Amino acid sequence: MKIGVSASAASLDSKVDSRFGRCPYFVIVDSETMGYNVVTNDSTSAAHGAGIQAAQTVVNLGVEVVITGNVGPNAFNVLNATGIKVVTGASGTIKEAVNQYNNGELQAVSNPTVGGHFGMGQRRGQGQ
Amino acid sequence: MIITVASGKGGTGKTTVAVNLALSLENVQLLDCDVEEPNSHILLQPTISETQPVFTKYPVISEELCVHCGTCSKFCKFNALFVAPKTAMVFPELCHSCGGCMLVCPKQAISEKQRKIGVIKKGEAKNVELVYGELNVGEAMAVPLIKAVKNELKLNKTVIIDAPPGTACSLVASVHKTDYCILVTEPTPFGLHDLKITVQVLKDLQVPMGVVINRAGVGDKKVYDYCKNENIPILMEIPYSKEIAEMYSRGVPFVEKMPEWKQEFQNMAKTIQRRK
Repeated sequence: MKIGVSASAASLDSKVDSRFGRCPYFVIVDSETMGYNVVTNDSTSAAHGAGIQAAQTVVNLGVEVVITGNVGPNAFNVLNATGIKVVTGASGTIKEAVNQYNNGELQAVSNPTVGGHFGMGQRRGQGQ
Repeated sequence: MIITVASGKGGTGKTTVAVNLALSLENVQLLDCDVEEPNSHILLQPTISETQPVFTKYPVISEELCVHCGTCSKFCKFNALFVAPKTAMVFPELCHSCGGCMLVCPKQAISEKQRKIGVIKKGEAKNVELVYGELNVGEAMAVPLIKAVKNELKLNKTVIIDAPPGTACSLVASVHKTDYCILVTEPTPFGLHDLKITVQVLKDLQVPMGVVINRAGVGDKKVYDYCKNENIPILMEIPYSKEIAEMYSRGVPFVEKMPEWKQEFQNMAKTIQRRK
């Protein structure tokens, strides 16, 4: 199964980025083999609709699950309408987050976890 | 002649200058383009003769015709469209109504609908014709309403445009195609900071400009030094006076009680006429 994880750097050992729409990278992981590839998120600097554009990126890549820190209303609605599971509250490395999901420790959400424009402010520190 | 009154910083006295200038000249039309918080009508107390709704267009995708190719969502620079293999969604609040998605759709699956973003109101008071916009609360798309207000512009009159604060789309839409821009500022670090940004915007737009210093006497001399270095004329100084502040606090344009100021505003209009 293809899992898209919002990432702060371009590797399996980088931290999960708490933002979905404006994270710098998506790491696309095959949950069976842990093979992965990295995609740059072009919506980091979008003036509006970053969440929608980022969702379009991961949908086009054919992911079935998105793992991230938080997800806003527009991104949640389009991912939900597409049938993609949205898993939030992830932290630590990409590899740890995928393992946690595989072990059933992270659950899909049924609502957005933050309001719009969440990722537009100052970069938040790790663990906040 | 079309004169825009702008500032960058909020609360510097744009509306005060725009309304007092309008009341000092003959044959004037005042367009209040601060559609989020229009205030000119509070000072002018016009009788409103007409209220018109203003609409903006957004795309509607036919589920029967759409083949989910994604051409429209790739085209849209504002991310107002989302297309997945089995679904397509439109976000009207992000749409800038360019119509491009309709043009690029290979299946003619996209049509347009309208939604109301606000109203324009027209009226008259004290020989000044006033047009202003009222944007719906929570509405992000101010520019189409500003354009609707400016669409009422009468070239046989002296037109004064009261621009919104800020330096982004709403200001650009307000100041676009005007002959001259009066920048109202105050002699404080805040006034100077926002003045500098607005000057950059106007230079890019190639609109001639001059500065009115309101609340002159407070703060420091840095605004004056900046204008001198940038070669921007200081058209007028309105003193920091208790009398003017009291009239403002009661919603009275100060030229009505201090008619000697009408001459000052007329002189400023003549200076602008020469410089534009």
